[in-house]
Amino acid sequence: MSKDTQTSVPSVPAAASPLDAPFPAKRLLVNLGPSHPAMHGTVRAVVELDGEAVHSMKLDIGFLHRGFEKSCENVTWTQVFPYTDRLNYVSSIMNNVGYALAVEKLAGLQVPERAQYLRVVTSELHRMCDHLTLISAMGLELGAMTVLIYGMEARDLIWDRLTELCGARLTSNYARVGGVSRDVPPGWNEKVLRTLDRAEELRVEIDRLLTRNRIVIDRTRGTGVMSREDAIDYGFTGPCLRASGVPYDVRKASPYLVYDRLDFDVPVGTNGDNFDRYLMRMEEMKQSDRIVRQCFDQMQPGAIAADDSRYVLPPKPEVYGSIEGAMAHFKIIMEGIKVPAGEAYAYVEAANGELGFYAVSDGSGRPYKLGVRAPGWNMLMALPQMMEGKLLADLIPTFDTINMIGGEVEQ
Amino acid sequence: MSATSDLDLVPAIATRREDALSGLEKLVSKGLGWARKYSLFQYPFVTACCGMEFMAVAAARYDLDRFGAALPRFSPRQADLLMVVGTVNVKQAPILRRVYDSMADPKWVVAFGVCASSGGFYDNYATVQGIDRIIPVDVYIPGCPPRPEQVLDGIILLQQKIQDQPHKLIDRQKPASPAKE
Amino acid sequence: MSQAALQRLKERFPDAVTGTYTGPGGDDVALVRKESIEPVCKFLKDDPELAFDMAPYITAVDYAGPEPRFDLVYQMYSTKKNHRLRLRVAVPESDPVVRSVTPLWKGANWYERYCWDMYGIRFEGHPDMRRLYMYEEFVGHPLRKDYSLRGRQPLIPERQVDEPFRGPGPSGG
Repeated sequence: MSKDTQTSVPSVPAAASPLDAPFPAKRLLVNLGPSHPAMHGTVRAVVELDGEAVHSMKLDIGFLHRGFEKSCENVTWTQVFPYTDRLNYVSSIMNNVGYALAVEKLAGLQVPERAQYLRVVTSELHRMCDHLTLISAMGLELGAMTVLIYGMEARDLIWDRLTELCGARLTSNYARVGGVSRDVPPGWNEKVLRTLDRAEELRVEIDRLLTRNRIVIDRTRGTGVMSREDAIDYGFTGPCLRASGVPYDVRKASPYLVYDRLDFDVPVGTNGDNFDRYLMRMEEMKQSDRIVRQCFDQMQPGAIAADDSRYVLPPKPEVYGSIEGAMAHFKIIMEGIKVPAGEAYAYVEAANGELGFYAVSDGSGRPYKLGVRAPGWNMLMALPQMMEGKLLADLIPTFDTINMIGGEVEQ
Repeated sequence: MSATSDLDLVPAIATRREDALSGLEKLVSKGLGWARKYSLFQYPFVTACCGMEFMAVAAARYDLDRFGAALPRFSPRQADLLMVVGTVNVKQAPILRRVYDSMADPKWVVAFGVCASSGGFYDNYATVQGIDRIIPVDVYIPGCPPRPEQVLDGIILLQQKIQDQPHKLIDRQKPASPAKE
Repeated sequence: MSQAALQRLKERFPDAVTGTYTGPGGDDVALVRKESIEPVCKFLKDDPELAFDMAPYITAVDYAGPEPRFDLVYQMYSTKKNHRLRLRVAVPESDPVVRSVTPLWKGANWYERYCWDMYGIRFEGHPDMRRLYMYEEFVGHPLRKDYSLRGRQPLIPERQVDEPFRGPGPSGG
C-alpha cells in the first residue's frame, strides 16, 4: 500500500491541448462532523484533504461536555460516584475506584482486604469489557461485522455477572469511600469463572478472525505511528504508550490495591502503530483473565468496607438499633462525609491509561474541586500529528485504537 | 404546554372533512402503517453512554433486527427514525436540530435514555434539559442507561403509535413545521 | 514520594520556590512563583536527575477568596525515574497570565486551553489559545465559583418547559 505524502501539486509542463492539461488542484476541506458513525462519541474533525492524503487536521471537541466538575462541586462526596461512572462509561468501575482512592487518600482511610480484592476483580472485568468494545468497534469499522457480534456477546455475558453484583450493566456505581457497596451473591465466583471461559472462547474466535487477517494487517500496520519520544511528550499512557515501547503500567510502577500480590505480565509493543495497539489490548484481556482467577484464589471472606462511621454507612442493625448508628447514618446522608481539608491526586491504571483524580477538599461534605486526568485526552491531542500526511482511510483505525471515549475526554 | 406533533392527532370522530378517512383510506392507512412500522431506518444520533446499550440492543442477543429496525442509515435524508442516544449538550443542540430538519417526512424521534428525555442528572450550564425543548419527540425511553428490554419496549410502543397514525398515499397536507412555537 | 526531587528543585531555584510540603498520602508539593514557572519546568524536564519527561496534568482551582484567587496545579511524572511532583502556582485575578509550557511538552496544549476556557487563566506563548469545551459565543468561564451552576446560554431557541423538580445545588440561570 503506497502512502502518498505529497503536500503540493507537482508542476507539469504545459500540454498541447487544453483537454490534456492537468486540473488545477485545490485542497478540499471536509468536515467529519460531530454526528458521525466513525467519530466515537462526538468529535468534530476538520480535515484538509489533498486527494486522499490528509494535509492537516483540526479537532473540535466539547460536544459532550456535561459539566462534570461543576456538578460534582454541588453534590456530596458519595453522590459523586454516579458522575464518575459516566466518565469512561465502558469501564466505569475503574473510574469509581480511582475516585474512591483519591478521597481515601485525603481522609487517610484504610480499605479492608476483601474490598480491595473485589475492587480489583470488578476493575479487571470492566477492563475486559472496554477492550472488547474497542475491538468490536474496530472490527466493525474495518468491515468485519461478525467481530461486533462476538464481542457484544462476550461483553453481555460479563455484564450479566456484574449486574448480579452491582445492579447495573454499564454504570455500576460500585465502589464507595472506604470499600465497596455490597458483597458478592452466593455462587458468583464459580459463575464468573464459567463466564470467563466462555469469553475466552469468543476472544479466541475474534483473534482468529482479526489478528492474521490480510485486510486488518494492511490497514493497521504502519498507520497511526507514534514514536516513543513523542508519545511521552504528549503524555500518552496505557496501551497506547506501551505500544510505542515504554513499559509503563501504573499497576507495576506504583502498585495500588492488591496488585503487588498478583502475578501478571504487561505487554509492550515495538512499532507504536495501530496494529500494536490492537495487539496490546488482546493480550491485556488475557492478563485480566489471569488476574481475576488469582484474585478468586486469594480472596478471603471479610468486611467489605472500613469500620469508620465518619465515612462509611454503619450496618442497618446498628442504624435502627443504636443512637450512634442513627446519628452517623443521618450525618453521612444529609451533610455528606466530612473529608479533611487538603488536596490529593490518586491514579489508577484504567483501560485507556493513567486515570487520575485530583480532589480538593475544604472540610465540608462536598468536594471543593474534582479534576480528572483523562487518559484519552493526550491520545486525542496527538491525533492530528498521527494523521498528517497519511490517507484519510487511516483515520478510521487510528481513531478506533486510541480509544477516545467521549465521556472522559469531555467530562 | 405547546402542542405535540400534528402527526400525533388521530381524531376519534373526524369533524373536519380533511381529517375524515373513508373506508378505503382507512385500509390504506393500516397497510402503510404496517409497512412503515416494520421497516424503520434509524439514524443513531449516538453521543454518550447510552450508545453502549444501543450497541448491545443492535447485537445478537437483544436483536433489533427482528423488529425491522436493524439497518442504521447514516444519512438523515435516508432515515425515518431519529434515535437520540445520550446527552445532548448546548453545543450539540444546533446539530441535532439540523439533523432533524434534514430528515424527510414521515419521521419519528425516540429519546433514548434520561439525558435525552429530560437532561438526566446533568442539570447544569452545559446540558439541554431534554431534547423535546428542541425537537418534537414521539417516544421517551427512560433509564440511565436503559436496559435493552426497555429499549425494545420503547420500539414496540413506537410501532403501535405508527400503526395508529393516519397515513395517506398522497399527503397533500404541508408537513408540520417542527416546534416553531 | 520524591523528597530528593523537591530538595534539588529548592536548591536550584531558592527564590522561585516559595515553599514545599508533603500533602496527605505522601504527595510532594512545591509552591512556585508565577513568573518563574517556565525556567522551573525547563529545569524539571531537562535535568537528568529529575527527568520529568511526561506531559503534566495541568488544572486550576478557584479559591474564591482573597488574592491570589486561582491556583494552577501541575502534576508531573517521570517515566525514567518513576517519581511524581506537584507544582502549585498562585495566579491572581488581577493578572491571570502565565507563561505557557507547551513549547516544552506538546501534551500541555489542551490542558492550558481548558484552564483558559473554564477559569480564564491566559497562557502567553501558547500556539492556539482558544476555548476547548465551550462554544465561541459562550460568555464567561464556567468553573469559576461565581458562575452559577445552571447558567445555560442556549445557542438555538428552546421551548420553555415547567420544571417542577430541581436537582441539588444553587438555582439560577
